[in-house]
Amino acid sequence: MTKFFFPDLGETMFDGPTTLEPILAEHPFLKGMKKEHLALITGCASNVKWDAGTYLFREGQGADQFYIVRQGTIAIEAFSPAHGPLVLQTVGEGDILGWAWLVPPYRWHFDGHATDLVRAIAFDGKCLRTKCEKDHELGYELLKRFSEIMSQRLDVTRMQLLDLYDDMPTKGIRRK
Amino acid sequence: MGLETGTAYILGADGLSALFQAIVDSGHTVVAPTARDGAIALREVGSPDDLPAGLTDEQAPGSYRLKERSDRAVFGHTVGPDSPKRWLHPPDFLRFRAHRGEKSGFTLEKGDPSAPKIAFLGIKPCDLAAIGRQDRVFLGGPFAEPVYAARRQEALVVVAQCTEAHGTCFCASMGTGPRVEAGFDLAVTELFREGRHELVVEVGSERGAALLTGVPKKTASSGDLAAAKGASAKAATEMGRSLETTGLKEALQAKAESPRWEDVERRCLSCANCTLVCPTCFCSTIEDTTDLTGRVSERWRRWDSCFTLDFSYIHGGSVRRTGASRYRQWLTHKLASWIDQFGESGCVGCGRCITWCPVGIDLTAEARAFQPAPARGKE
Amino acid sequence: MSAVASSPDPMFPRPYRVHRVTKETSDTFTLELLPEAGHAGFAFAAGQFNMLYVCGIGEVPISISGDPGVPQALVHTTRAVGAVTKGMEELKKGDSIGIRGPFGTNWPVAEAEGNDVVFVAGGIGLAPLRPALYQVLASRERFGRVVLLYGARTPEDILYRKQLKEWRADLGLEVHVSVDRATRDWRGNVGVVTTLIPRVPFDPYNTVAMVCGPEVMIRYTVMELERRGVAQENIHVSLERNMKCGIGFCGHCQHGPNFVCKDGPVFPFSRVRDLMNQREV
Repeated sequence: MTKFFFPDLGETMFDGPTTLEPILAEHPFLKGMKKEHLALITGCASNVKWDAGTYLFREGQGADQFYIVRQGTIAIEAFSPAHGPLVLQTVGEGDILGWAWLVPPYRWHFDGHATDLVRAIAFDGKCLRTKCEKDHELGYELLKRFSEIMSQRLDVTRMQLLDLYDDMPTKGIRRK
Repeated sequence: MGLETGTAYILGADGLSALFQAIVDSGHTVVAPTARDGAIALREVGSPDDLPAGLTDEQAPGSYRLKERSDRAVFGHTVGPDSPKRWLHPPDFLRFRAHRGEKSGFTLEKGDPSAPKIAFLGIKPCDLAAIGRQDRVFLGGPFAEPVYAARRQEALVVVAQCTEAHGTCFCASMGTGPRVEAGFDLAVTELFREGRHELVVEVGSERGAALLTGVPKKTASSGDLAAAKGASAKAATEMGRSLETTGLKEALQAKAESPRWEDVERRCLSCANCTLVCPTCFCSTIEDTTDLTGRVSERWRRWDSCFTLDFSYIHGGSVRRTGASRYRQWLTHKLASWIDQFGESGCVGCGRCITWCPVGIDLTAEARAFQPAPARGKE
Repeated sequence: MSAVASSPDPMFPRPYRVHRVTKETSDTFTLELLPEAGHAGFAFAAGQFNMLYVCGIGEVPISISGDPGVPQALVHTTRAVGAVTKGMEELKKGDSIGIRGPFGTNWPVAEAEGNDVVFVAGGIGLAPLRPALYQVLASRERFGRVVLLYGARTPEDILYRKQLKEWRADLGLEVHVSVDRATRDWRGNVGVVTTLIPRVPFDPYNTVAMVCGPEVMIRYTVMELERRGVAQENIHVSLERNMKCGIGFCGHCQHGPNFVCKDGPVFPFSRVRDLMNQREV
């Protein structure tokens, strides 16, 4: 999906669900959702903010939320004892962040670290999980969209794995 | 002198010797077919007696046999493993010698630019066509290849029109023979009529005409010319193989992923024989070598083959690692990409690749496997 | 789009003097060369390459990475991976290198006037693109948005850092860099360069894209550019193949029917699309 650009927020926009609905309806991620489903989802949404340098989530913590980033950059990190936090990928404005809320055991797999001031729309995953169990059509709509996100993330991660710029993708592998 | 391009003459038995002498007198080294190492091969020869009188060849996939003829024909054979490219596009050539000075500075001593004067005597129409293919490759672009250009300029060409076609010939399919009308200095057709052994000689250029001045000859009659043409026309019906070129380029370029490539890979040894004997293959490599002191380097241009694994080496690996991809490269280049690059097919139908393949892979059969079967009712 | 070679004889290397060898990253260096004995300069078009000869070792094709508007200096940035490039890395000021060239087709900078220009570079791929950047920025007003998306392996592998900063500050070049791996010291993007494409505003219907980097990266970059709506005729890529002669005689650089040395190295993507989807071509 193409990049979605949020209208300029300013400092004073701490809106409730009613103001969020029109914005979310236009976001490509939620486009095509039935009105009742959109209302359901928006009902679980709220604005959130993190200061630079704070954590959105930590590895192992219960994952009960996902986010649409409105502003700022989040570094997805793995912590290594000898080397400290290693950045795997950065996620920014317009990106969707988090699907661990959908997949058992519903725990974050990595750390999410705010590189700068982050504003996002947070969705109550716990609440949505329950709603999806009751309304399978809602569940399917959400799963369709999240599987596309996961697929894209997997593709770019695989490319990162190839370590292409080093131009030695088979380094250390004995070739016959 | 009265000898013009487009005229034709009859030479008797003594005429060929006189022609040979005329060529030698003009300062050319004669390269002609001669019996050598069990084949009729192109070699530098010193006398008309070196021509393979009374010999012919029998060719099949992976097989070449020298046979005795019942007559004393001198040009009664098709092609051997060598082609004119050995002289026009030599297998080894010293491009320059670099003398290393201080601070890795160097002075270049350019390789000998002089070109030997070669006269091809008795090459076949398919080989003349092959020279034409290489002319396009080496002389047709923004830069002319100087080694080829110099040798080509000096080369004299006496074509022997074919009066027989053998087991691997398919020049008729490629439109390159068994007879050519132009592009030569002289063209000879060997005839045996009513006990007479004669050559019909067609003049194709002023240089060719000049060669004939001192040679005993009679003007050819229209009947003589008709006999010559008739002999070649008969050869056209005897082709050992055929190749349907309509739609072949498109078929090959569309079927890069065909399982047929793996099929031929099981047979192909990547030995590169086909590229060595092919008269149009032109790939080369550049080798920079140094002597033990490290102060004198030589750059050699050498024949190369797309069948070698490191032909396409880049960034730690070869682009064409499998034998299938290398055979595909060769066949597709020869019969398809060459047309995109140079406006004509790279294949002249000489059949050498079929004869000299140690496992007998037949290019015409491989090509046929890619073409859609012609709609001809039930098959 | 082929520039006529300025060399009198493309067969023989002409000596150039090493003016400076600069180490750029752990495995990349830049050679600045000056012509020997009073030659004016080296005229070339952005995207072209030379065959560089180190006497006693050998010869390799390397893209020119300097400013086409400053022909007095001939600049090549390259990785030190084999005998010849490793030998080059050891050269000192005053040493000689043989040059044959320039060869090949060029980036369509003039044709891109009036459009937005998006450069996408992966790793050392920034080096063959830099001459086009110079050329565009020299006539900045003739272009719309000018964007560079640059992927490097780590922050330490970023080439031309200082220059990119200057261009960003002085000439309105939008630079977005992403690295494959980083620690927290890097506060920029982490991820493959293709992830930058959806994020950067440019008008896909009036954009000319120039892409250079590993072939896998080129394929995925083009996919993302097309997803944004850039037409394949407006996407130009620089390809590489084994080269021996550099002028279309040795046959080594063939990519399907194209000779990368003379029909390329810069190609409109439409010309190589089908070939790039085939294996081992």
